[in-house]
Amino acid sequence: MTTLPAPPSTRTPAPAPDTTRSHVSLTSGRLPGWTPWVLLGACLAVAGAVFGLLAAAGGTEFSLAGWLVTSAIVYLVLIYALSRIVEGARRAFDRFVTGLVSVAFAIAMVPLVSVAITVITTGLARFDAEFFSYSMRGVLGEGGGALHAITGTLLITLAAAVISIPIGLMTAVYLVEYGQESRLAKAITFLVDVMTGIPSIVAGLFAYALFALIFGPGVRMGFAGAVALSVLMIPVVVRSSEEMLRLVPNELREAAFALGVPKWLTIVKVVLPTSIAGITTGVMLSIARVIGETAPLLITAGFTDAMNYNLFDGRMQTLPVYIYSQYAYKGIPAEAYVDRAWAAALTLILIVMVLNLVARLVAKLFAPKTGH
Amino acid sequence: MTASTATAAPRIAAKKRPGDLWFSGTAVFAGSMIVVTLAAVAIFLIVQSLPAFGLTAEDASLLKTNFWAYVGPLLFGTVWAAFLALLVAVPLSLGIALFITHYAPRRLAQGLGYIVDLLAAVPSVVFGLWGILVFAPSIVPSYAWLNENLGWIPLFSGQVLNSGRTILTAALVLAVMVVPIITAICREIFLQTPRLHEEAALALGATRWEMIRMAVLPFGRSGIVSASMLGLGRALGETMAVAMVLSATNVVTLRLLTSQNPSTIAANIALTFPEAYNLNINVLIATGLILFVVTFAVNALARWIVSRRKEFSGAN
Repeated sequence: MTTLPAPPSTRTPAPAPDTTRSHVSLTSGRLPGWTPWVLLGACLAVAGAVFGLLAAAGGTEFSLAGWLVTSAIVYLVLIYALSRIVEGARRAFDRFVTGLVSVAFAIAMVPLVSVAITVITTGLARFDAEFFSYSMRGVLGEGGGALHAITGTLLITLAAAVISIPIGLMTAVYLVEYGQESRLAKAITFLVDVMTGIPSIVAGLFAYALFALIFGPGVRMGFAGAVALSVLMIPVVVRSSEEMLRLVPNELREAAFALGVPKWLTIVKVVLPTSIAGITTGVMLSIARVIGETAPLLITAGFTDAMNYNLFDGRMQTLPVYIYSQYAYKGIPAEAYVDRAWAAALTLILIVMVLNLVARLVAKLFAPKTGH
Repeated sequence: MTASTATAAPRIAAKKRPGDLWFSGTAVFAGSMIVVTLAAVAIFLIVQSLPAFGLTAEDASLLKTNFWAYVGPLLFGTVWAAFLALLVAVPLSLGIALFITHYAPRRLAQGLGYIVDLLAAVPSVVFGLWGILVFAPSIVPSYAWLNENLGWIPLFSGQVLNSGRTILTAALVLAVMVVPIITAICREIFLQTPRLHEEAALALGATRWEMIRMAVLPFGRSGIVSASMLGLGRALGETMAVAMVLSATNVVTLRLLTSQNPSTIAANIALTFPEAYNLNINVLIATGLILFVVTFAVNALARWIVSRRKEFSGAN
């Protein structure tokens, strides 16, 4: 089985092979498998050289974006042309699309990588002990920390979780175990859909309107923020728990009923324990989603420089709002404020990532064994 | 037991235990809480915004002439920014979803999916900070280039804003935030394409792209549309990223690169609310109500398309 090199035979693609002793192999008329990679490498090298020379000649900085964009365009054009000559129009277009789709993925990676690099490098400047042990009270310029914001975020998110998890979980139980096809169940399913789409700022306005009605206009308190976050969190909890409860095999329920176990005990002792891993994952993901919300908290909990442990009394700082207010109300030197904002961003992203990771780990480690 | 089976016909009513009653009662209560909450959202927003609709410049300091003249440019900015974001995000997400489902090595696919999901986990305020401090300054040279070479198109005409904090930058940041949402749904739908359709296309000699065009895309068309609509809903309501990135002047203009940019409803609320008082608060809540109605309409349309698809595809 000798595969002859393709290029010589493909010089003349059009005429039919007239010799009986044809040296045409299976791979003729096709570019070898390494072609795209070599071509891509060549494009990167040539474009890099050109841009490097330009930068050296003009005395300007090497343009990373220009280099990558140019190489991508040149690669797409060349692979199409090359494949068109060797393989024909259809395969050429296929290769072109392959390139295009890969480029799309690469483009999506750019912001992710850029955000990650900036947050880590600039965030580390103030990621120190002082940042985690001081509030901003009386701090002008350098120093200070985000202890009050971290405390506020934890308190408000905890309060939101305490409101949303029981409501969300019991709603899911109702939908799966009791509702079946009832009108209320249909209405709830529809409204949960609607709630998923509520813009976060509208949730904030709702909580503000509610509390302004009770406590008078201009009210700001941590608990209002928690209510706003619950509006965003409940639909996520309902959705994920519902999905998990539906995965519990009916045999388990029927077995429990056959043993004479009451329905509520079946749910508490059989259905919920079976799906607890999935529910935990869903709950943690929903917390990860709301912990980064800024707009509703900006409206309801406001911002402050001082520590506040009381959810029901006065303004309360949170981490996302801290990032925003440090940036938006910069003092002198501005550097110090921006550094604190980045350090807070790093903290926030770390919290969200840890929540996400733990959620996925829980899902993986404690997944129920489904015996099909 | 034997007595009831003998009579057979009447249904056996389960014994009502206190535990059962209590538990099902709690479940129903929790379910009703959702209905109550949403009704409360609607009612409170409407009650608080009713006073705003007839206001004029004398009543609230935010208004120049009347309420609708105030909302108009904001609504335009909201829709315009979301539209631009989708213009970028939809083709990109389609490409990414196709890459993950049909082009990437099978073993890498799931990992790549997680990586794209990571984008969704970044809080919007971090995107705002990144957009204003990193992205906007680095994209200004491309704006200058666009302005120089394509300035004859009205979109790119005018004096380029040096800080880069224009509506186009805001739309691009929005696109980054919307991409993971659209990608996740498209990925799911592309994976549902019947394998036999794909294999049949390949067996007929189709190239991979022809297979995708003939089997995957037609199957996923309504899914793609509804994914885009859900992305649109997200882009319409996104607040902090726009509030931080955009330097707005609240005008109606199609120019993308100048210092004159329309603001969006959500961003305007976030920026103005902390200092608002009296009737200005009602004006802002009324704009919030309008945003709620618009996103609700968009989301409802998306759900309707999805449900219509479910009926005849039999995939679910």
